[in-house]
Amino acid sequence: MASLPFELVSPERLVFSGAVSEVIVPGAEGEFGVMAGHAPFIAMLKPGILTIKGDGADRRYFVRGGFAEVNAAGLTILAEEAKPAEEIDAGALAQHIKDAEEDVRDATSDEARQRAQRQLDDLRQVALALHPGAPAATAH
Amino acid sequence: MASLKDLRNRIASVKATQKITKAMQMVAAAKLRRAQAAAEAARPYAERMETVLGNLAAGMLQGGQAPLLLTGTGKSERHLLLVATGERGLCGAFNSSIVRFAREKALSLIADGKQVKFFCVGRKGYEQLRRTFPNDIIELVDLRAVRTIGFKEANDIAAKILHLLDQGAFDVCTLFYAHFKSVIAQVPTAQQLIPATFEARAADADAPVYEYEPDEEEILADLLPRNLAVQIFKALLENQASFYGSQMSAMDNATRNAGDMIKKQTLIYNRTRQAMITKELIEIISGAEAL
Repeated sequence: MASLPFELVSPERLVFSGAVSEVIVPGAEGEFGVMAGHAPFIAMLKPGILTIKGDGADRRYFVRGGFAEVNAAGLTILAEEAKPAEEIDAGALAQHIKDAEEDVRDATSDEARQRAQRQLDDLRQVALALHPGAPAATAH
Repeated sequence: MASLKDLRNRIASVKATQKITKAMQMVAAAKLRRAQAAAEAARPYAERMETVLGNLAAGMLQGGQAPLLLTGTGKSERHLLLVATGERGLCGAFNSSIVRFAREKALSLIADGKQVKFFCVGRKGYEQLRRTFPNDIIELVDLRAVRTIGFKEANDIAAKILHLLDQGAFDVCTLFYAHFKSVIAQVPTAQQLIPATFEARAADADAPVYEYEPDEEEILADLLPRNLAVQIFKALLENQASFYGSQMSAMDNATRNAGDMIKKQTLIYNRTRQAMITKELIEIISGAEAL
């Protein structure tokens, strides 16, 4: 299987670096998979779960804010926040959701409100995916 | 002449001081290592960000319609100087050298008839700048309570600057910090944040033609504010490393000075003691002779 060099970088550190077979990226306009030999591509991220498929079990990371860049050298993801999905605790996520709710409320223009709403929806989905049992994070 | 007891006290107090400076030096060395690692870990992100933005920006500038962060307001009348210093002293000339650099720049701007405002990150810089420019400091961000600088702090500062830009409070924003060259060399540096500058890249024939999702404008509009935060974050980390480097060498000097002082004082102490013994002996002998 052709391998894809992949790097996941957050401002604080290099989170993941290595060759993988496929990465599923939560793009702003829909999730997409990247395998070796992908066309050069730059896409924004939405808050979501990034899945790395390699030799062993799939690894899942929570990513938020940033973009993905694919070129001949491989895939690079710059995310403002990138953590293994297991390390995400419900409290932190709930805080993000609360912040997003405030953004929706405080938005001054329609466009900003739409953007904030989209963020909020994405975050709620993540919460649901990670903690299916948890009380559906402060749904109004 | 000081009595023996005075001398003993003086030596003891210098010794105590030396112990403190020695401990501070070792703490600074340990923290420096951590700060340096953090600064290095942050580098790949900032570099990649710059590469991608450079590619995008080159296209945008030709196409017109570039966002405010990239082009600025087109004027350079009002300057915002973002001065990042430390929160603590006892670090040699670290804070002063950044402040001096910023102050010189500000004075030359004022001499050119421009308006200058300050945005201080770090209490020390604020305290020093307040003396020269009492009415021009519009913001102070205090990071004293922050143990390790995270991306969040940088993001908060960036948000404040963006807010000021939205209000039209300034045309050009420049960041001042100390670039960490090595443990003994920290260079005060000025970096223009707004309008953003990217190294002009020669059009590379081999450069891949990217597809964008969503389109370039939207990506750029999202990335530029992020880049601001990233640049500030990088500067804060560099500053942190510079601070500890500076503190370490300052404390090393202090320890050495204390050592010299102890040596000198001990010499005086011993001489005085000898002189007293000799004096007593003379007194006893001459007393005995008189009998």
